[in-house]
Amino acid sequence: MIWHNWSDFFAMGGYGLYVWGSVIVMFAVILGELIELAWRGKALKADLLLAREVRAKKGQRSPP
Amino acid sequence: MRIANVSTLNKPLGASASPPSIWWRYASPQHFYALAGKMIPWFAAIAVVLTALGLYIGFFQAPTDAQQGDAYRIIYLHVPAAWLSMFIYVVMAFWAALGLILNTRLSSMMARALAPTGALFTFLALWTGALWGRPTWGTWWVWDARLTSEVILLFLYIGFMALQAAIDDPRRGDKAGAVLALVGVINVPVIYFSVQWWNTLHQGSSINFRSESTMATTMLVAMLITALGLWSYSIAVALARLRCIVLERERHTAWVANPELKP
Repeated sequence: MIWHNWSDFFAMGGYGLYVWGSVIVMFAVILGELIELAWRGKALKADLLLAREVRAKKGQRSPP
Repeated sequence: MRIANVSTLNKPLGASASPPSIWWRYASPQHFYALAGKMIPWFAAIAVVLTALGLYIGFFQAPTDAQQGDAYRIIYLHVPAAWLSMFIYVVMAFWAALGLILNTRLSSMMARALAPTGALFTFLALWTGALWGRPTWGTWWVWDARLTSEVILLFLYIGFMALQAAIDDPRRGDKAGAVLALVGVINVPVIYFSVQWWNTLHQGSSINFRSESTMATTMLVAMLITALGLWSYSIAVALARLRCIVLERERHTAWVANPELKP
């Protein structure tokens, strides 16, 4: 451990704005990408399940 | 005597008798969809462990730089992001080209899956670079060779995605995108060697293949581990996006409609 205490760590020798500005934006972008992907997968799943349901219903109604 | 082997029946036209069909098998979106699903948790786990470890070493073990103070710690994000921005572009162009030459749909889908992640890392390389440039150079931005060619890389990613999004027929979009990606690949060596070819404000590479690193070992180790972690992250995310693209494109096929498939 190279820091004396946590405020020392957060200060980053006076460069806190630049260092944490990089770290926070990096993780925000990564988090954003993960959330976007999760939404995309969720919407897709709902869409596919709905399509199956519709197909199944049609199959029951229509005579062979 | 056997008349026909099942696997030979499945072989695409033009494939020679050997090598065996494993490559062709996983060139099928259906088969690779399942394989990708198994691979993602592993790459995700490696990503979390290595990124956390690399950043821990970089932020808690590595010493303060004698010249730049603690501002230099941006290197642990900036260099991996910049490497990945270039590396992902080359991989994307490779898969796009393969899709163009061999007409394999999955290759083109892989290229599409990589583009957003590559664009994000390009943005992050520029962003962290600006925040590093300000305290060390006294400016957020300068139009020198390295920074300008990296910004062109961002436009190439955006152009690739916009072009493919603008073309309704997915296969035509794949082909148009592949041509763009291949033309743009010339930019990658320009970025990489820009600090040698031109007199730039950007510093030379801290590590290269010809001489020993100029960095302290702890710093170097932290940077490499973080880079490996983010590389693994890129694979996991690209595979997850690939699975979405496969389902979107193949939604009218029997295997996606099959109720036993859990999307």
